[in-house]
Amino acid sequence: MILTVSGVNFTYSGHSVLSEVNFQLAGGELLAILGPNGVGKTTLLKCINAIHRPSHGAVMVEGRDVLGMRPNEIALGIGYVAQKSETARLTVFDAILMGRKPHIRWKVGENDLRIVDSAIRRLHLDNLSLRYIDQLSGGELQKVVIARAMVQEPRLLLLDEPTSSLDLKSQIDILTMIRRVVDEHMIGAIMTMHDLNTALRYADKVLFLKDGTIHSKGSACDVTSEMIEEVYGLPVHIHHVHGHPLIVPAA
Amino acid sequence: MHFSDGEVPAEYRRYIGWKVTLIIIVAVLLALMIVVAISMGAANIPISSVAKSLVGMTVSKRFDIIIWNIRLPQVLSAIVAGAGLAVAGAVMQSILRNPLGSPFTLGISHAAAFGAAFSVMVLDSGIMTSALADTVNITNPYITTGAAFIFSLTAAGVIVAVSRMRGATPEVMILTGVALGAMFTAGTMFLQFFADDVQLAAMVFWTFGDTARASWSELGIISVVTLISSIYFLANGWNYNAIDAGDETAKGLGVRVERVRMVGMLLASMLTAVIIAFLGIIGFVGLVVPHIARRLIGSDHRFLLPASILGGGLLLLISDTVARLILAPHVLPVSVLTAFMGAPVFIFLIIKGQRR
Repeated sequence: MILTVSGVNFTYSGHSVLSEVNFQLAGGELLAILGPNGVGKTTLLKCINAIHRPSHGAVMVEGRDVLGMRPNEIALGIGYVAQKSETARLTVFDAILMGRKPHIRWKVGENDLRIVDSAIRRLHLDNLSLRYIDQLSGGELQKVVIARAMVQEPRLLLLDEPTSSLDLKSQIDILTMIRRVVDEHMIGAIMTMHDLNTALRYADKVLFLKDGTIHSKGSACDVTSEMIEEVYGLPVHIHHVHGHPLIVPAA
Repeated sequence: MHFSDGEVPAEYRRYIGWKVTLIIIVAVLLALMIVVAISMGAANIPISSVAKSLVGMTVSKRFDIIIWNIRLPQVLSAIVAGAGLAVAGAVMQSILRNPLGSPFTLGISHAAAFGAAFSVMVLDSGIMTSALADTVNITNPYITTGAAFIFSLTAAGVIVAVSRMRGATPEVMILTGVALGAMFTAGTMFLQFFADDVQLAAMVFWTFGDTARASWSELGIISVVTLISSIYFLANGWNYNAIDAGDETAKGLGVRVERVRMVGMLLASMLTAVIIAFLGIIGFVGLVVPHIARRLIGSDHRFLLPASILGGGLLLLISDTVARLILAPHVLPVSVLTAFMGAPVFIFLIIKGQRR
């Protein structure tokens, strides 16, 4: 297993945000964490890479306890794509090069530059490499941010709403790219999402959070309309179109 | 996950090469300006004589005394102070994620001015003597310097303490700094209200930042603090880049954001406090130079910080030289000139908008 989360609890200002969260993730698996706003999806991601320290429980990445690791060690194993977009004024190349930071001791090496170039070409960002990131479209910027997490060469990728505020084509581009990275490199990836249809289409597994606890988890094809209704409080129908589930509100 | 089939694009090498070239150009300009600045003054010294004297060749005893005892300490003070204030400003702008980040935003300068006023009023360091060339001196400069330094560090200490309680976020730091600035300004006004004419003159005099105040030993102290701080800042260039991208992104890259922010703020404050304590308040260098450097060389701190260090030194040296000459035989304190120049430059930068 790449990731084992056991008994994670997180409390903020006396409020329980997460309670007894347990799940595992293997290499080559893409997990979508789903649930209404405020149920603790982002908090769970932050607990996994120790940005938040869980009040109880353990997070193991490839057998090592994340909570006992130094921040730089964590960054060597876990790539994190935050929900908020960039404000730094760097070129695409330099913004992605920043992902090598956990590997860089004193000076950027030739190897770091080659790795960045390789990632840029794989994500078809070649023609943008010297453009400033504040000149990019939302979809291009998201690719850059994901590329930066990739050049960390992590075993686990955490993506907090990677497709929010993107147009449909950019959403498909980004999710296809994430899927390909997971398959090619056999890493684990977890993304939080609101769009159930795209989540079910691209993820192997889903995990529904409700009120800070796991309501249900399993394979994406096992999701039922009852689960969704219980989690979101909204009756839905699940149709199948070209072999893919399509969730439509019943009302 | 591993990528091994890349190669370094030639255009990226050219792009980086241009930044390095720009920094070297500023360094060369600074070296040339040192010689020019030393040669100019009430007694003009030929540039060739300055160059010879600087490399240890004796030109004439009179020139050597002027160069080594008067002009060189002032020139080096201007460079070191300019470099220190500029790098402190660049770091504060980054860690506070605010383009107005500077020792003034955080109330450090106001605290120093209060400290000086306090020493003049309460510690009796303010009896002034008038020298022949219409200059005035505070009779007990070390007490004034010490008080200014202690109050500057007190301001920094309060910001750190509040940040530890409420979290080291830019908002907490800036709001605390603004509040402290207002409080120390009120304190200075209170002291000024009750001061007699001589004390009031001494308080106002101290606030005129002047590079001629520092002797070799004081210059040594400022230089050591500037050097140590600059090395620390340069070593953290990647961390500041990451913080620019957002706290969460930086944490995801393994940066201890709160610690980097706290230590950076403390060191930048201390550096500023040392410079202000010895030379008085020199405004706008810490604010304007990082913005000019950012426009010329970009926001990448690997290049922005060295460019700010050299650019700050160059700008304050040019300002100081002009200030010495513009109303000769009267010598204008450099702070008056930097404020005059800095404000229009800053407005120009705002109107032109940010570029790389």
